[in-house]
Amino acid sequence: MKWVKNIIDNLKPNFSKGGKFPWLHSTFDAFETFAFVPKTTTKTGAHFRDANDMKRTMFLVVIALVPALLVGTYNIGYQHFHSLDTSIGLFDNIWENLWFGIVKILPIVLISYIVGLGIEFAFAQWRGHEVNEGYLVTGMLIPLVMPPDVPLWQLTLAIIFAVIIGKEVFGGTGMNFLNPALLARAFLFFAFPSSMSGDKVWIAEKADAFSGATPLAEMMVGGHHPSLSFLDMVIGFMPGSIGETSVIAILLGGILLLITGIANWRIMLSVFLGGTFMGLIFNFFGSNSYTQLPFYYHFVMGGFMFGAVFMATDPVTASQTNRGKWIYGFLIGLMAVLIRVVNPAYPEGMMLSILLLNVFAPLIDYFVVDSNIRKRKKRWNLKGGENV
Amino acid sequence: MADINFKLIKNPLSKENPITVQVLGICSALAVTAKLEPAVVMSLSVIAVVVLSNLIVSLLRKTIPSRIRIIVQLVIVSLLVILVDQVLKAFVYEVSKQLSVFVGLIITNCIVMGRLEAFAMSNKPFDSVLDGIGNGLGYSVILITVGFIRELFGSGTLWGYPIIPQSFYEMGYQNNSLMIMPPMALIIVGIIIWIQRSRNKDLCEN
Repeated sequence: MKWVKNIIDNLKPNFSKGGKFPWLHSTFDAFETFAFVPKTTTKTGAHFRDANDMKRTMFLVVIALVPALLVGTYNIGYQHFHSLDTSIGLFDNIWENLWFGIVKILPIVLISYIVGLGIEFAFAQWRGHEVNEGYLVTGMLIPLVMPPDVPLWQLTLAIIFAVIIGKEVFGGTGMNFLNPALLARAFLFFAFPSSMSGDKVWIAEKADAFSGATPLAEMMVGGHHPSLSFLDMVIGFMPGSIGETSVIAILLGGILLLITGIANWRIMLSVFLGGTFMGLIFNFFGSNSYTQLPFYYHFVMGGFMFGAVFMATDPVTASQTNRGKWIYGFLIGLMAVLIRVVNPAYPEGMMLSILLLNVFAPLIDYFVVDSNIRKRKKRWNLKGGENV
Repeated sequence: MADINFKLIKNPLSKENPITVQVLGICSALAVTAKLEPAVVMSLSVIAVVVLSNLIVSLLRKTIPSRIRIIVQLVIVSLLVILVDQVLKAFVYEVSKQLSVFVGLIITNCIVMGRLEAFAMSNKPFDSVLDGIGNGLGYSVILITVGFIRELFGSGTLWGYPIIPQSFYEMGYQNNSLMIMPPMALIIVGIIIWIQRSRNKDLCEN
């Protein structure tokens, strides 16, 4: 690695003040710290030091996404060949499936990173900030919530919209109140509905004769219970967004996030509690086949699992207080099931419910903090509004 | 006529713009800008109402008792709005149907009331007319810009005529349905404000 160090040290004067490209300083800085631990440290003030800095956190989340990505890649190929010839089994042509999946997913991942990181670098440059690692995770989440056949120019537009309007406008990483990956998906969903919904898009280059309906669409449009069994949906070789289909792969990543403490267990648990609560209400009063669907089916259909594990737990957009996290998660699960079952226009409620609660998270925090202040005032027998 | 105060027309177009700086009249800006034609008609209606009401209130400003001035202003504005509404119904009935309730809501448009209170009540008729023209134009510029962008990308047309060639659609281009929805108008207005503030640092709060 010595030679990399030499190259960087030789180039450094060009990018410092008085060099040839001082305006590219933060780009250079980003690549330098990407390769080496910087020499300089903070000089003033007290600081907590922790091995778990942002770079490592982001990298762990990307690792946690790998199982979903691999299964998703294989699933793209399998669904494609399966739709052409339904007699093909799951493991009949492993390499063709994988190859087809890679050819489909690679452009999506590349565009996601090139466009997103390009915007991040440009804004950091323009503002004179350091480039930070926030986009590493978003760039991996975006491909996983897309249908495999998404047109690439629409994907590009969605990423530009999500990164600029959802994130950079509010000040970049850590300042956004909406999850950028979900915002990209929501943009596509509302702007180009024909490439984000219906039963045409969930299998890459599907044969026309084959029905490509996801379990959610079967419930919503067909009005009958999913044709796949519960166990099949847990394993997840079914039509759907690239990374959302396999519950097992998502849970593998989820366990890693929980062990490392990056995702908050309160949020994850309460999302399922909320979903269970709403599902049980529907089961109890239900009169049609959708409301009578056992509540645990909601967890394995569509993006519920992926949203609960990777999207709702995003530390930036979630509530910050512990009690707020319970409320936030519970309402996400509740709204997701409610939108799915009741609103015929939106078969998948998870995306919308997480975005909705993202907006409300600061308000939830405000009330939690406020109630705590009032409780403490009461404990000291102070009248409301009296400052001590 | 040498004493035309050009600032009264120029300022509302840029650094005192009623929509992007004072953030007034947002509601109608969201509602009528999905297509260019209603946006233009709406702009003309607002210009007419704000100019004439500024003129009338300015002429009457010394006789209006200050305790009931809001009521008097409202009566004048609503009279003008009803006139405008009737004219629209008579000559551009289709557009008038698209604008529906929003013509009537010019009565409550904050720009009109704001100009009456802030300017016409304390200035001479001629200046008030100029102020009305300026603010009406400032409103129109934003409305027409937003309407232009939304119709072009949302429906692929301008003033109802197809602009984006058929060959684009055959290559896989699709109209952006989000553009037709009201939230996109808010986002476009936000982007305009962003551009304006980054060019004019005086507008930024510290």
